[in-house]
Amino acid sequence: MPEIKVTPLGAGQDVGRSCILVSIGGKNIMLDCGMHMGYNDDRRFPDFSYITQNGRLTEFLDCVIISHFHLDHCGALPYMSEMVGYDGPIYMTHPTKAICPILLEDFRKITVDKKGETNFFTSQMIKDCMKKVVPLNLHQTVQVDDELEIKAYYAGHVLGAAMVQIKVGEESVVYTGDYNMTPDRHLGAAWIDKCRPDVLISESTYATTIRDSKRCRERDFLKKVHETVERGGKVLIPVFALGRAQELCILLETFWERMNLKAPIYFSTGLTEKANHYYKLFITWTNQKIRKTFVQRNMFEFKHIKAFDRSYADNPGPMVVFATPGMLHAGQSLQIFKKWAGNEKNMVIMPGYCVQGTVGHKVLSGQKKLEMEGRTTLEVKLQVEYMSFSAHADAKGIMQLIRMAEPRSVLLVHGEAKKMEFLKDKIEQEFSVSCFMPANGETATIATNPSVPVDISLNLLKREAALGGPLPDSKKPRTMHGTLIMKDNSLRLVSPEQALKELGLNEHQLRFTCRVQLQDPYSDADTLNRVYSHLKSVLKGYTIQHLPDGTVMVESIVLKVSSSAEDPNTKVVLLSWSYQDEELGSFLSSLLRKGLPSGLC
Amino acid sequence: MKLYCLSGHPTLPCNVLKFKSTTIMLDCGLDMTSALHFLPLPLVHSPRLSKLPGWVSKDGTIALEKELKECAGRVFVDSLPEFCLPERELLDLSTIDVILISNYHCMMALPYITEHPGFTGTVYATEPTLQIGRLLMEELVNFMERVPKAQSATCWKNKEIQRLLPGPLKEAVDVWTWKRCYSLQEVNSALSKVQLVGYSQKVELFGAVQVTPLSSGYSLGSSNWIIQSHYEKVAYVSGSSLLTTHPQPMDQSSLKNSDVLILTGLTQIPTANPDGMLGEFCSNLAMTIRAGGNVLIPCYPSGVIYDLLECLYQFIDSANLGSTPFYFISPVANSSLEFSQIFAEWLCQNKQSKVYLPEPPFPHAELIQTNKLKHYPSIHGDFSAEFRQPCVVFTGHPSLRFGDAVHFVELWGKSSLNTIIFTEPDFSYLDALAPYQPLAMKCVYCPIDTRLNFHQVPKLLKEVQPLHVVCPEQYTQPPPTQVHRSDLMLELQLPPMPYRRCSVLGLPFRRRYERIQLLPELAKSLVPSEIKPGISVATVSAVLQSKDNKHVLQPAPKPAPAPPSKKRKRVVEESPEVRAPKPLLSGAVPLEPSLATLHKHGITEVKVEDTPDGHILHLQAEDTLIQLEEDGTHIVCDSNESLRITLRDLVLRFLQKL
Repeated sequence: MPEIKVTPLGAGQDVGRSCILVSIGGKNIMLDCGMHMGYNDDRRFPDFSYITQNGRLTEFLDCVIISHFHLDHCGALPYMSEMVGYDGPIYMTHPTKAICPILLEDFRKITVDKKGETNFFTSQMIKDCMKKVVPLNLHQTVQVDDELEIKAYYAGHVLGAAMVQIKVGEESVVYTGDYNMTPDRHLGAAWIDKCRPDVLISESTYATTIRDSKRCRERDFLKKVHETVERGGKVLIPVFALGRAQELCILLETFWERMNLKAPIYFSTGLTEKANHYYKLFITWTNQKIRKTFVQRNMFEFKHIKAFDRSYADNPGPMVVFATPGMLHAGQSLQIFKKWAGNEKNMVIMPGYCVQGTVGHKVLSGQKKLEMEGRTTLEVKLQVEYMSFSAHADAKGIMQLIRMAEPRSVLLVHGEAKKMEFLKDKIEQEFSVSCFMPANGETATIATNPSVPVDISLNLLKREAALGGPLPDSKKPRTMHGTLIMKDNSLRLVSPEQALKELGLNEHQLRFTCRVQLQDPYSDADTLNRVYSHLKSVLKGYTIQHLPDGTVMVESIVLKVSSSAEDPNTKVVLLSWSYQDEELGSFLSSLLRKGLPSGLC
Repeated sequence: MKLYCLSGHPTLPCNVLKFKSTTIMLDCGLDMTSALHFLPLPLVHSPRLSKLPGWVSKDGTIALEKELKECAGRVFVDSLPEFCLPERELLDLSTIDVILISNYHCMMALPYITEHPGFTGTVYATEPTLQIGRLLMEELVNFMERVPKAQSATCWKNKEIQRLLPGPLKEAVDVWTWKRCYSLQEVNSALSKVQLVGYSQKVELFGAVQVTPLSSGYSLGSSNWIIQSHYEKVAYVSGSSLLTTHPQPMDQSSLKNSDVLILTGLTQIPTANPDGMLGEFCSNLAMTIRAGGNVLIPCYPSGVIYDLLECLYQFIDSANLGSTPFYFISPVANSSLEFSQIFAEWLCQNKQSKVYLPEPPFPHAELIQTNKLKHYPSIHGDFSAEFRQPCVVFTGHPSLRFGDAVHFVELWGKSSLNTIIFTEPDFSYLDALAPYQPLAMKCVYCPIDTRLNFHQVPKLLKEVQPLHVVCPEQYTQPPPTQVHRSDLMLELQLPPMPYRRCSVLGLPFRRRYERIQLLPELAKSLVPSEIKPGISVATVSAVLQSKDNKHVLQPAPKPAPAPPSKKRKRVVEESPEVRAPKPLLSGAVPLEPSLATLHKHGITEVKVEDTPDGHILHLQAEDTLIQLEEDGTHIVCDSNESLRITLRDLVLRFLQKL
């Protein structure tokens, strides 16, 4: 029985370091290769020793696919390809290919230059790793090799985010990466066709949440920012440089414009301008509205949002600062947070999910005293707000995607175990498909039942279609008869006659002849007539012919009558049939042996 | 399988392929050369044009002074220009299921087809093809609509009259089918029927046919198409280029092993080398400017202009043209320049890598930033205020019959200091200039056509190995003006099948197989047996289900459980059940093993008689004969049915079943 095996090395009942191994039709694929924001030790990367204990991964993997540029999906890539060792193809979309190395370099700088870690990947390694990347276009079918093909779909989560379909023969898997089913201010909604994969591997970050309308959330957000600024407070919004940042920038920009507000908005790091440039060049990946109007007005050219300088943090008066990274686990956002945390007038707004172990997560869970590096503690007095702006599908969206793709089974990753459990029940109930949620290192095995593609000779198919009539009749299914020739790797279904001819075989005729004696005191011709009438009345739906040469034919079986030499009342009926008519011949001989009924004329 | 040819223009094709119950239109080109028979549409009143004498036949019998004007010995129709449409009578356009577009130049007739009553099909094109195609159409409509012309000339189209007109108007064919330009509303409606596709995307049509666009290397988003089923493959090659310019390189390998390759859109100027032309373009431009003259380049708003601007970007400083203003005037100039920068996926490698930096892929962004290149929607408005001479103007339309180019030829035509440089290959420059004669302006002809030439095609075909090639008849003979140039035609080992407007070709296909799926339950139930080394066969008895052109074989339903035997006896006179037909038999029944088997079954009294073809076995106790021959076995058994069945099974044991 063919099967598909799925093993998460990361993101199994967890969020962070997404890395999922899939074995399908003899091919091994790695989906995403991320890092975990919550750890600073070995657990930060997926455990690649699961694949092999000794050395390089190249011979164990047919390809690696990266769904989008967030570090929890691509952060371990240079480590995997350059330090563990992998030389095969790495697939990602153009925007991901463009942005991914920048975020990796940023990550490297923070880890090595600021925290002083050694034994980490270098800038050169990032470059070498990116050389192995093959860009993917949406909906393009990429042939990885003769058997393995992949196809990307729009996922809407961040610029360039993709879902991928992986297909080997008749078996297929869809991996969603992170996705969003509702269009927002700058991205469109995820979409996939009814591709009926054997397994749909879906993220489940918001497995139990059904979010209220986006409009409400946006209004809340703007209200909170506005109030804080009005009373002279400072607002910190930790974000990742690309993604939600642009969404919130568009939101604040339009609000500032409308309300004619003067408080400065800053965006930390030099990445902003560069980031916005990417959005301009990859405008085809944004939503319909932005794409349509970009010639007249480019949404990513902001008037009110300016670059941030470290010294501005101590400026008096209100301000709004977008700072990286998004989970307050390092970098500028954490520095600013430390400065502003003591003042209750200030506010931090967490616009997205925070992984366990990060400062963001601790703050959100209500901790008022944080232990910082160097045994210092930080008192948190500022207001903490959480507002889910991360572009993940909520429970409703996940169900919607399942309805779209119609998978034969579902496998959940990238979520918390408890919430997954809930969603799993719901999926199994609503769609009656099995749902899996393997933990890291655990393998889910899904049996597939692929049908077997065969080449059928057109003659046979046409003959069959002609006999079967234009519409299939479910009450009287017609059985088709053919010969399947298996040669090399080809499977061909042809008519038996054609098979004999093609294989150069002679046909062997098997015939049967049977003489049945009847007591029937009539002339030979009358007896034949009586046989004819009898068969006519018994056999409905058969072609029975009384031929002028003194024979009766039932389909292709010949019947002849002669008198016995000794007794003219004893008639001998001679039946002759070939093996292909075996059933009918056997039936006829048994029937005649029972004699003719008397009532026949 | 049939091919209906609706256009005779080799680079603006429009063919319809009927393939496995689908009707597929390949391209929708609009032949605009018909516009050359018309007078130019001036943007501002032109005293010269309005004073042209009307035409009267020599004997004075036909006077069409209002409709026809004479200029320098040629006669032009004084009316809104009209275009030669694809043939619309050859087949019912409402039966078209899909239209596949290869590049933005080959979709200009789309509104005439899709807005035809009853059309319900879908158009497939790549995103750049759609966006730039839209710009070309919008520009065309704008050119036509901003100079309304009250008069509409029709009398000259009368067959009797046209016969008497001077050439080349006399030779124009099918003039009564020529149509005016469509409206913006029709453009929008036509383009709303476009479904976007990406390179190498497999699009299923009705489950029967799969179509896939492939990069053709000619322009942004330009594609060749593969139309295939599991067993047949048609390659449609239209407007392809092997030169490295801005678009993604041509995908050749996916064209391999097609049964039929339809080849259209080769270079229109096979004698000109694009690189050489580019050099000549630059040097003529620089020379004119240095001498204090202006340069006019009549061009389309997208395509080669990107390459020209890139070339100038490198050339400007070295040629000391830094202070010369470059103007690009088109209602869609801004859009075209903006759109060119956002199609990273569709560009060649080195442009793509610029986007990763992130930098705009085309250097005209920098020309605009540094104010060296300025763009305007038309000569009216801002342009007239900022216009400085000497300058270089890129503007449409290359036919010189409409658009802002008309104004500049009128404006600069009288001075020999100025130069007009023709770079677009679609129109004969002599014909384009005919209504402006006499002209003092210098004319330079630097046509840049990067499409495949007659040397590249045989190499390409050798590489991709199609079984048959179909092409416009123009490619199978030297050009009419250069009949001795046998190098300017296709010379292939297997002569191509030529087509012309209104041809209907039967394509040489022999479909022999179709794809069918065996359901896993059925596949598992099959019992293969090896007939020859490496070849196995299995008998399949199954129920065929066909839906949406997909065929599935599922196991035959199990026969209803047999009724208890007692009951059966009573109803024995019912017809026998129809069962699966018996397999064919093959092989031979050997004598000795047969005898041994008979023996095992207790049949010992067997007399063997040799015959010329085999043996006859007399089973004496049973009064039964078995005749064994090489290709047949005959069992003559009278009364005993169970014996017959035993013998039957015994014989079957030696035979292969198919």
